[in-house]
Amino acid sequence: MSETVKKFLYVNRKAPYGTIYAQESLEVVLIGAAFDQDVSMAFLDDGVFQLTKGQDTKEIGLKNFSPTFRALGDFEVTKLYVEKESLAERGLTLEDLQNIEYEDEDDDWAEKPSIRLVSRAEMADVMADQDVILSF
Amino acid sequence: MATLHTVNKSPFATQSLLSCLAHAKAGDTVLMIEDGVYGASAGTGLAEAVAGLGGGVTLAVLAPDLKARGIDAARLMDGVKSVDYAGFVDLAATHDRTQSWL
Amino acid sequence: MSYEVDGQEIATDEEGYITNLPDWTPELGAVIAKAEEIEMGEEHWAVVNFLRDYYEEYQIAPAVRVLIKSIKKSMGPEVGNNKYMYELFPYGPAKQACKIAGLPKPTGCV
Repeated sequence: MSETVKKFLYVNRKAPYGTIYAQESLEVVLIGAAFDQDVSMAFLDDGVFQLTKGQDTKEIGLKNFSPTFRALGDFEVTKLYVEKESLAERGLTLEDLQNIEYEDEDDDWAEKPSIRLVSRAEMADVMADQDVILSF
Repeated sequence: MATLHTVNKSPFATQSLLSCLAHAKAGDTVLMIEDGVYGASAGTGLAEAVAGLGGGVTLAVLAPDLKARGIDAARLMDGVKSVDYAGFVDLAATHDRTQSWL
Repeated sequence: MSYEVDGQEIATDEEGYITNLPDWTPELGAVIAKAEEIEMGEEHWAVVNFLRDYYEEYQIAPAVRVLIKSIKKSMGPEVGNNKYMYELFPYGPAKQACKIAGLPKPTGCV
């Protein structure tokens, strides 16, 4: 078995319920988490809508998968890059997003925020730093 | 460490091409395929934005998709490279990673 | 395939996972366990209850590692370890315990 760890970035650019992309992305991330790679997620354009608070899908007959983002830390997915410009264009701030945390095992299991706000230029740097990019 | 970006939707229907160009870095290639090829024509409402954003970025278009849609190569913006399927494979092989803008 | 509790029939998929999550009751859990040939003890219930609480909060079953960590905390290291989990649920804490807990088959589990 190869010991090589690759950097995987899952890029999310779609709103959560209009298409199946967002939910599929999350499923693939959770399955992929079993392979011990260096996994990050990026949220830009309409993808930032996936992380908003207060989603309630009862009346549209779809599963509300937004709580699952808060479990990602348990699967060692602890880097969620969110693009500032995409939030601003949609009238959103960090306050509108769920609080997503992970326990840092290298720091006595201290709870730390998983969401990292980045500028568009920083997001481009994050993308250029990957071995594999999976788009949804 | 360059990236090959592919865009497969018309820029008149989605933001994908503009978002792609805003994240592409010098040395990268943006290849327009399928309905993405509508973004390669000169003289559209988008041509200026497309040309202006892509500094240092190579723009390319997949010729069979262009042909299928009846777009003459003469209508392409200046500097847009036309590639066939083999050229697409070469681009994928000569870049470090591929990123699809769906 | 289906289960029967108090004369009521509970629908499942072809592998025996119930299809309507709100159908679940501890009585149904016991019926599923019996079909799986598992005698439910306090430790089994601790696992099932943790799975249900976790699912309720996150809409997903936990990673096995997370389950074990929590059981270790609540019931001690003799119970909260991988080997013992398989003694409790021979077909795996993910697949089998989730089935008894009335949760969907875990993602990525073949």
